[in-house]
Formats: sequence, structure tokens, C-alpha cells
Amino acid sequence: MSHAAAHADHHEHHHGPAKGIGRWLYTTNHKDIGTMYMVFALIMFFIGGAMAMVIRAELFQPGLQLVDPQFFNSMTTMHALVMIFGAVMPAFVGLANWMVPVMIGAPDMALPRLNNWSFWIMPFAFLLLLSTLFLPGGAPAGGWTMYAPLVLQTGEAFPFLILAVHMMGISSVLGAINIIATIFNMRAPGLTYMKLPLFVWTWIITAFLLITSIPVLAGAVTMLLTDKYFGTSFFNAAGGGDPVMFQHIFWFFGHPEVYIMILPAFGIVSAIIPTFARKPLFGYESMVYATASIAFLSFIVWAHHMFTVGMPLAGELFFMYTTVLIAVPTGVKVFNWVATMWRGSMTFETPMLFALGFVVLFTIGGFSGLMLGVTPVDFQYHDTYFVVAHFHYVLVTGAVFSIMAATYYWLPKWTGHMYDERLGKLHFWSSVITVNILFFPQHFLGLAGMPRRIPDYAVQFTDFNMISSIGGFAFGLSQLLFLAVVIKCVRGGEKATDRVWEGAEGLEWTLPSPAPYHSFTTPPIVR
Amino acid sequence: MKSILHRLLLIVGFMPTAALADWQLNLTRGVTSISRNAYDLHMLVLWVCTIIGVVVFSVMFWSIFHHRKSRGAQAAHFHESTTVEVIWTLVPFLILVGLAVPATRALIHIEDAADADMSILITGYQWKWHYKYLEDDVEFFSKLDQDSNRARMLGSGEDPASVENYLLEVDNPVVIPVGKKVRFLTTANDVIHAWWVPALGFKRDAIPGFVNESWALVEEPGIYRGQCAELCGRDHGFMPIVVDARPPEAYAAWVAEFKAKRAAAALKQDPKRAWAREELVTHGAEVYAARCSDCHAADGSAVNGSAPSLAGGEVVLGAMDDLIDLVMFGTGEMHAFGGQLSDIDIAAVITFARNSFGNNAGDDLQPVKVAEFR
Ligand code: HEC
Ligand SMILES: [Cu+2]
Repeated sequence: MSHAAAHADHHEHHHGPAKGIGRWLYTTNHKDIGTMYMVFALIMFFIGGAMAMVIRAELFQPGLQLVDPQFFNSMTTMHALVMIFGAVMPAFVGLANWMVPVMIGAPDMALPRLNNWSFWIMPFAFLLLLSTLFLPGGAPAGGWTMYAPLVLQTGEAFPFLILAVHMMGISSVLGAINIIATIFNMRAPGLTYMKLPLFVWTWIITAFLLITSIPVLAGAVTMLLTDKYFGTSFFNAAGGGDPVMFQHIFWFFGHPEVYIMILPAFGIVSAIIPTFARKPLFGYESMVYATASIAFLSFIVWAHHMFTVGMPLAGELFFMYTTVLIAVPTGVKVFNWVATMWRGSMTFETPMLFALGFVVLFTIGGFSGLMLGVTPVDFQYHDTYFVVAHFHYVLVTGAVFSIMAATYYWLPKWTGHMYDERLGKLHFWSSVITVNILFFPQHFLGLAGMPRRIPDYAVQFTDFNMISSIGGFAFGLSQLLFLAVVIKCVRGGEKATDRVWEGAEGLEWTLPSPAPYHSFTTPPIVR
Repeated sequence: MKSILHRLLLIVGFMPTAALADWQLNLTRGVTSISRNAYDLHMLVLWVCTIIGVVVFSVMFWSIFHHRKSRGAQAAHFHESTTVEVIWTLVPFLILVGLAVPATRALIHIEDAADADMSILITGYQWKWHYKYLEDDVEFFSKLDQDSNRARMLGSGEDPASVENYLLEVDNPVVIPVGKKVRFLTTANDVIHAWWVPALGFKRDAIPGFVNESWALVEEPGIYRGQCAELCGRDHGFMPIVVDARPPEAYAAWVAEFKAKRAAAALKQDPKRAWAREELVTHGAEVYAARCSDCHAADGSAVNGSAPSLAGGEVVLGAMDDLIDLVMFGTGEMHAFGGQLSDIDIAAVITFARNSFGNNAGDDLQPVKVAEFR
């Protein structure tokens, strides 16, 4: 790729950002909106993290010491909702907002006003959701999966929950539409699809997953709402409905949702590893095809989340085969990353460390995923801490690590300053060690028979729970380092060069650091 | 506090000297063909994953150590090869096919609940289980035992470690015969639960309005513990399952004993038998407190503008037939209790009234006599 016109934006000074709070309320600038998404995600990450601390504190030893079981259930429910819809998804959307236009040489997103709206829905959605903590009867406690009929026992929090989910959904769909419109219409001349950075590719596919799956969730929660308040019986067996149907609909959304949270991570890692290996990504095309096949498969594996509901044998076999099949394209990705490193010239700055941590630990999560896909054993693993360990490996050391990697990678481009490398490395090492102390023992707990979502446990599970809790507190504390690094970097630091990283490739690195408020007002030519 | 410190020390030292069970790392082999299949498959997939992991990570870390800039490594330029892509697509695929074969076989085995020797209908409630033996005409509820229940309360001050089988003990275990194929039919009364005993090798959801089928043929006598595995509300963590597998003769004996106890309990409630006066007075006091004391004073004295005194009253100590008639069919403000109370209750409360509040009729009323008035 070659580029021009990067520094040609002299007129940017004429319409820089507005002053004061109005800048953030009315902004249609993709960089402002991206920043707001990221800051929002970081706040939610700490709120959801605080809930996790409550959970780990109660589970530190057997017996109930701190909270009522109902409140404990609220914590697990809210922790998941906040982390999934409040932290991970907005972080990825924020990264897309910031990076997709500059990666494809576009001046902004295709639909800037819509962009503003999709962001500003989120804080209100979470205001609704978090306010339930103060309602009589407490916050939702039926699990983030909202299974009927249990969720219908929710008290006054119920309509808040449904409305909040609807709002998050609207926000995500609008964001996804915007990203697709941007990538389809605003690529720089010469930037054909097969030249797109993988982060852009993974986001195209993620956006389609969002558009396809979120409306299904919206339908499911609306049916819950009418079941509760308007006398329908979609999920009520006594009225001719079917509680299992809720699970089918929910997971038809829920499984693609899992990939919504990991495909952009693949894109990030595919950007970082070549940069620090100083070698082009191995197997670019097969990476694109692998991502697309994972996305396709993600729509036909949903029932592996519910093997124990009692499906016909043929159904169980079908979902087992499709599920384990996902290991093939996922394996291809991992092999390609390793091949990219092979005979490169590697350095190990913080983004690379997080990316490597991602490759190893996400793969471990993938292995346990493969194990869970084997139905006859899933009958044992299902709903135990083995599952909890599995999805935290793919979501924390997978999705969250990739977001941190991305933050370290692009922070100099956003702020114009280098972050504190020493602190960054400290953050990585403390995170990677503590996260394994936190989640690895949970594999053992699950195998030994500890169910998930319980506030208290039989005494033989004590030791591993204590270890896990200690890891949890330490991991939680380590994230304050991240906050410190980011704040420090925003405030100042060594001046970043335009290219920032020696091996960096792509249009974003042709812009000055920090990237000007308006960039690529004349499109660069890509050859 | 001391025990926490002790545990922490153990953890810090990583000394697996505590009770062995505390450090259980792996899936149980269990006591059924299903659980053994699951264990074998688990180990198979675990080994496959471990080997692949070791190979991939070794290559990666070898590269990380040798192909680093600080060691003067020069970056190569290769970035694609259709051959290797095809290889690392096909090889994993073939491995998966290899895994799918035993997995399919195991699954077919699990789903074959035909030709069972007996069936137990398991119904999940918030938060207990109900077991109904379809052939043996036995049924009962099973819930968390008292000791665990006391210790698990928030701020109970009791050390869970001092309770035997904390959270894994029930009042009434479900007894099954070994060597017999037992079919479990799971359903629920309120929300979804899941019935899971690891040693049997599976869990199955209990879904309101639907009946799920699963089975187990337990090979060794023993006590096998499990828990509800599907979030079912506040006390989801407190509805354990205890399976007590016994040799067939012992199982038959248990069924006989269960029925004998039930018959004895029923006999205690039999209106046709002769009742002792003390029995009637004791039970009558309960009935009086529950049903009469709304209007009549607890000590039988008169209540202004309401019920008359029962102490030394003419009616109370008068003809038995009139008294029965009054209590059963009422008069004025006094309700007719014939439709609300059983023969035993009526006989008891009348006997109680005639022998309390200073009354001393010295006689009793038998339930069979009450029945004549119906
Ligand atoms: C709703 C209030 C009420 C309840 C409940 C009630 N009684 Fe009475 N009872 C009365 C009233 C009023 C009278 C007086 C009736 C009359 O003579 O008009 C009475 C009269 C009697 C008398 C006759 C007393 C006498 O000396 O005239 C007896 C005996 C008696 N009740 C027994 C019972 C017993 C036993 C129960 C419980 C099973 C019971 N009552 C429950 C209101 C009540
Ligand atoms: Cu339950």
C-alpha cells in the first residue's frame, strides 16, 4: 500500500472540535465518538469488575459471609450484562469508530449523526439497567441468559431489564449499519476488498452478525415482556407455550454474539503480530475465509449451549458436529499467526505481549470449547465452573486482552504520546499471571463437580475457590495500572512519531500523531 | 478464622496434604457406563488438545526465542502457501472425525433409555426435589438437610466444615437398586432445574410442562451426591441430590420399610381406630388455637359481644349429641365446622373443650361417633 495526502489537511483548523460539553453531546466526529465509546467501555469494565469482586469475595470460603443469595444472583447476572453489552461490545465499536475510517482512508463514518445517536443510547440503557440495583426486589437475578420462566419472577426490575436490552440492541444495530455503510462506500480509491486490513474485514463480518442476531434477541425479550404483562404464553407450558423455545431463540442470538465479541479481536491480533514481527501477515486470504466460515458456522451451532434440555438424538448429533467443526477455521487462524511470527524479527512491546498472551490463552479457551462441544461429556461439564473457566479464557484473555493490546497499539496515534512502556509491561505481566490464577483453577472446580451460579459450595471446593479469589482480587487491582497508563499517556509523554512502530503498515500510520480531528478529507490513493 | 489461615498457608505452600478430595482435579470416572464413556472421551479430547497445544506453543515459543530482533533476526518475506493452508485445514478436520466416532457412539448409548427396569419421576421445585417411583408406589420430597440449612444462613456463625457433607446432604435420599436400569423422568413444577449426579455421568434439565428422559445403571452400591445445575432462583445453590444405590434385596427392603412406615403414619391418622383421651386433648388444643380462638378466648372465658364462655358452660358440659350438633352445624354467629374439620379434628376439639378451661367432664369423643352425624 502506498499513500498520499496524509498531511494535506491544513483546513482542519477551521473546524476543529467545539468547546465544552457541547463537543461531546453533539459531535458527529468519528474520533470523538470512538473516544466516548472507549471511555464508556472502560467505566463499565470497572463497574462490572467491581461486581466480579463481590462474587469472588463471597466465594472466597464456604458459607455465606457477605451477601444474600438473591443479591449474589443479581451480581452474576449484572456482571455479565455489564461486561458483555457495556464493556466488550462498546470497546470494539469504539475501536471501529476510531480506526475503520482512517484504515480505509475515509474522512468519517458514512452516517455521522446516526453515529452520535448510537453512542448516546448506551449511557441511558445502562442508567436504566444499573438503576435496578436500587429498586425494591433488587436487580435482575435470573442470569444474563434471561431464561423463562425464571426471569418472569423478576420484580420491578423486569421492565427495566427488557427496555435496557432493547436500547443496547438498537445502539448495536445502528452502529453495525454505519460500519457496513462506511466500509462499502467510503474506501479510498484502489483499496479493494482483498486489500482491506483484517481488522476492517473482521468488522464487516461482525457487523453482519450483529444485524442478523440482535433483532432475534429483541424478539425474544419482547415475548418475555408480553408473557409477563399482556397474558401471552409464548414460554409458558401451562398456556401451550414452550420454555425451551426461549432458549432456542436466545442462543440463536447468543452464539453469534459470542463471535461478535471475538472476531474484531482476531482483526486486532492480525494487525499487531505482523507489525512486531516485521513481516506481513501469513495467509491473509485464508484468514478472511476462516473468519467468514466461523461467522457462518456461528449460526448453526446455537443448541450446544443447551444440550441438556433433552433434544432428539439427531439434533444433538447435528449440533455436536457443527460445533467441533468450528475448531478447523479457528485453528487455521492460530496457525497463521504462528506462521507470521516464524522467521520474523520480533520485538515485544506491550501490544505484542498482549497479542501473544491472546494467542496462547485464547487457544486454551478454544481447547476447552472443543471439549465442551463433545455432547456426551458436555452432559457432565454443562453449567459447571468448567464452562465459567472456558468462557472467561475466551472473553477475558481473548476479547479483553485484544482490546488492551489495541489500546496500547493505537494509543500513541490517538494521543500523540508514547505510553509508559515500563508500566505497560508491568500491567501485562501482572494481568497475565493473575488472570491464570483466577481462571485456571476453575477448570478443576468444574471437573470436580461445582455448579456455576451458586453463592456457596461444599467444603471440598474451598481451596481452589480461595486461589481463584486471590487471583481475582489481584487481577482486579492490576487493571488500575491500565487506568494509570492511559491517563498518563493522555496527559503527556514522549512525542510519538507518525509511524509509531517500526514495522507498522497501513493508512492510519501515514497520519500525524495525534491524528488530526479531520483526516483524509481528500482520499489517499492506494496502489 | 484459624481455619482460613490454615488453608491459606496450605495454598501458599501448595501442599496437597489436606483431605485428598480437596484437590480433585479431574472428572470422576463414576459408577455407570455413561459416566465411564464420558470420562474416557474427556481424557481422549484432553490429550488431543494437550498434544496439539504443546506442538503449536513449542513452535511459537521457539520462534519467540530465536526470531527476535534483539538476537539479530532478519525478517523473512514469505506470507502465503496454499499447501500448508490445506494441510492445517485437513489435518485438524481428520482429527475431529476421529473424535466424532466414539462421541457419536457414546451419545447413542446415552439416549437409549428403552427397556428400563423401573422409572422414577423427578419433579423440581423451588427449592427441593420430589421423587415418585412409578412401579413401586413410593413418593416423597427431598430437600437440604437441617444441619446444612442452618449453617448456610448468612451470618450463621457456624463453620461449614463442621457440618458433614455440607450442602450435599438431604433429608430423604433417593434410593435405587444397583444392577438395574433405572429410567429418570425429569420435569419441574415452577422454573427450570437440572438434575445432576456426576457419578451417574449426566445432567438433565427438569422443565415445567415437559418430561425428559435419561437413565442409569449403577454398578456399585454407594452414596452419590449431586446438585441442581440450572439456575432456579434464590436458593439454587441449596437443592442437593443424594442417590443411595443399594443391592436389589436391600432396595426391596427399603421399599417395604418405606411402605410400612407410611402405613403406620396413616394408621395414626385413622378415624376408625380407638383414640386415647390424651391424644385427643393434645390434638384438640391445636385445632382450638387454630380455628376457634378467633372468637373464643384462649382460656375459654367469655368475650364481650362475641362468643360466650366455654368454662363451665351448660352446652359444653351438656349432652354430647347436642354439642356435636352445635359444632358441626353451628348456631347464630357460631360457624358450622362440619365442612371444615375432619372427624378427628371435631372429636379432638370437643374432647379438649370438655376437659380444659377448668372443665372436667372426664370423658372423650371418638371420631367414629362424629362420623355418624355426617
Ligand atoms: C366466628 C366466631 C366463632 C368461632 C370461630 C367459634 N365460635 Fe363457638 N360460638 C360463637 C358464638 C357467637 C357462640 C354463641 C352462639 C349462640 O348461642 O348464638 C358460640 C358458641 C359456642 C359454644 C356453645 C357455648 C354455650 O355455652 O352456649 C360452644 C361449645 C362453641 N361455641 C365451641 C366452639 C368451638 C369448639 C369452636 C372451634 C371449632 C368454635 N366454637 C368456634 C362464635 C364462634
Ligand atoms: Cu433448581
